Amino acid sequence: MAIYLDYAATVPMPAEVLAAYSNALAVEGNPSSIHSFGQAARQMVEEAREEIALALNADRNEVIFTSGGTEANNLAIKGLFWERNSEATRKKIVSAYTEHHAVIDTIEWLEQHEGAEAIWIPVSEHGEVDFDWFRNYLNEHGDEVALVSLMMANNETGMITELEKYSSLARDFGIPIHSDAVAAFGYLPIDFGKMKLSTMAISAHKVGGPVGVGALLVSRATKITSLQQGGGQERGIRAGTLNAAGVSAFAFAANRTLKNMDQHNAHTAKLLAQIQQSVAAAIPGSRFSRGDEPGLSHTAHFTFDGAKSDSMLFLLDQAQIAASAGSACQAGVARPSHVLIAMGRTEAEANGTLRLTLGDATTQADIDQLLQVLPGIVATARA
Amino acid sequence: MSGGVDSAVAAARAVEAGHEVVGVHLALSRMPGTLRTGSRGCCTIEDSMDAQRAANKLGIPYYVWDFSEKFKAEVVDDFISEYQAGRTPNPCMRCNERIKFAALLEKALSLGFDAVCTGHYATILTGDDGELELHRSNAYAKDQSYVLGVLTAEELKHAYFPIGASASKDDIRREAAERGLSVANKPDSYDICFIPEGDTQDWLNDKLGSTPGEIVDRSGNVLGQHPGSHGYTVGQRKGLNIGKPAADGKPRFVLEIRPITNQVVVGPHDALAVTELAGSRLSWCGSAPKHPSEWFAAEVQVRAHADPVPCQAAVVDGELVMKLDEPLMGVAPGQTAVIYVGTRVLGQTTIDRTVSAVPIEA
Repeated sequence: MAIYLDYAATVPMPAEVLAAYSNALAVEGNPSSIHSFGQAARQMVEEAREEIALALNADRNEVIFTSGGTEANNLAIKGLFWERNSEATRKKIVSAYTEHHAVIDTIEWLEQHEGAEAIWIPVSEHGEVDFDWFRNYLNEHGDEVALVSLMMANNETGMITELEKYSSLARDFGIPIHSDAVAAFGYLPIDFGKMKLSTMAISAHKVGGPVGVGALLVSRATKITSLQQGGGQERGIRAGTLNAAGVSAFAFAANRTLKNMDQHNAHTAKLLAQIQQSVAAAIPGSRFSRGDEPGLSHTAHFTFDGAKSDSMLFLLDQAQIAASAGSACQAGVARPSHVLIAMGRTEAEANGTLRLTLGDATTQADIDQLLQVLPGIVATARA
Repeated sequence: MSGGVDSAVAAARAVEAGHEVVGVHLALSRMPGTLRTGSRGCCTIEDSMDAQRAANKLGIPYYVWDFSEKFKAEVVDDFISEYQAGRTPNPCMRCNERIKFAALLEKALSLGFDAVCTGHYATILTGDDGELELHRSNAYAKDQSYVLGVLTAEELKHAYFPIGASASKDDIRREAAERGLSVANKPDSYDICFIPEGDTQDWLNDKLGSTPGEIVDRSGNVLGQHPGSHGYTVGQRKGLNIGKPAADGKPRFVLEIRPITNQVVVGPHDALAVTELAGSRLSWCGSAPKHPSEWFAAEVQVRAHADPVPCQAAVVDGELVMKLDEPLMGVAPGQTAVIYVGTRVLGQTTIDRTVSAVPIEA
């Protein structure tokens, strides 16, 4: 039986979520319709909205459903940029190159098409965003900045950002701050209100919900320009027929995950510690990517000097273990990790990454099996 | 698996023969300019997806391996520098020599594979001495033994061409359709894979720039100007734009490119004929002849789909020399000469020099 260690890519849908999802799919009607069918579907959507808002200590009106994390990040960054440049000229977008491509590529698109200027904050060798640099930058250029975008936890290395420090400062300058919380949601307690965020992106399939469903939280005080026009759904911010069953399953899966979060984190933390110790002891030339920075307890990200990711992934796959190198291009090639490059590693180092992400169903036996084969696989991948 | 019909059927036959088969697609390009579709400087996504669909259909695992850096260094840069040196290289041959049956094979062996199986049209047979030999395919029109002439004895041991003995490409397409492979009717690729628009001269101009120079005859008389010497190939007649006709009124052809002086040499058609070829970068395909320095009868082929020409061959002072029984027209240094004995590929060399059938005074 194959061992799945790629929970950060997607979390297999638990049976009870699948059951709730199929029940929701049986509900007929368009949530925007006036009649009783529509009202039943609408009720399902609004209950989901409330559940998600409650879980994040947000207001129900602050939850905008989207087709996933990528759309939520696009909506936040473009929407804030355009809103902020409608009256004054604020062309600078401050972020870090360790962000997900959904953020980096959106910012670079705005540079190419809308005259934006990307400001990438330097990061430490373990991925920490340089706070002093950030503060100095805002001191000098605060009035030129359209928005700040910083992720809550890194999807590759699992490093957690102490976001409140950055968001408080941005707020002091009156600059909206967006956070991509796709990797963090379900693994960290998130208090949207207390974190002083303007917007925040989350995704359903990272917590065992369906693919193609996500949300952007938009604080009441924040105005954003919508990216798509149509039926005026979601307060006119995100037009398009609401995916009633999808958001319902999203809320169900999110609640289920958050309810078990501490227990789940304790489970994965124990296994992660074993992986870290065993790799450090048995595989010379290995490096735990986030060092001693705080991180997600289910994410083990390593670099192995002289090993090639694609060889490691192939050999692990042959050994019935599903892992990841962090990122791959559309054609399926493992790419050198842009995250590690941003952290100052060489392309050769960034080519030798391996990401193992654990979940509820990961067992001690799975990890024993992994640790038994991994040293040999790394050695072969170095040949 | 390139995403084409040949490698898909080759994989299918390898599976059917009982081998444990893994589909591998080579990502060879990171240059955005070579993309047919896609983003972020990757390989050709359409082809990768076609290969993946074929692998899915056959029920075999499928991976994309990135050889783009190596491909650039060993094939693309070599292609450019050969042109820069006034030669006409064959990049497919370099790819077989340095990527498919070198870097890929090496990686495959280190990961525990036994062989690289491709959709080439060529046959591997065991010779009388028990050693492996490379032979022409039965599908003579599609025969690709020429581009495999660079394989060494050791590489032949790890090469496997399941469709090499097929009668024709039509048979392969029919078989692909019967097997339900969606690439059955995918058009053949003819162009050089890393030159997106198929316009080699344009692409080279882009890479090398173009420096105008002189067009001269073989005696050194200046006949005109050219906009850039690598825009010309040996044997070319059109586009010379020499105002004055030749003294004898006959059309003139490119005979030679001289990169050092940036000159293009032209002359009469007869002067294109060469009677001797020689090159020092040579390899034997399978076991080497016992006495290579003694002249032996062979056939030589200088292009992928050219007819072979009878010759006498021998290694003289480290050079493989081929004296042609009948002259060949327009052979350029840089091209590969593959020598055959019957259907067997004996070896190859990159042509360094040729001897013209017509002395300069003519």
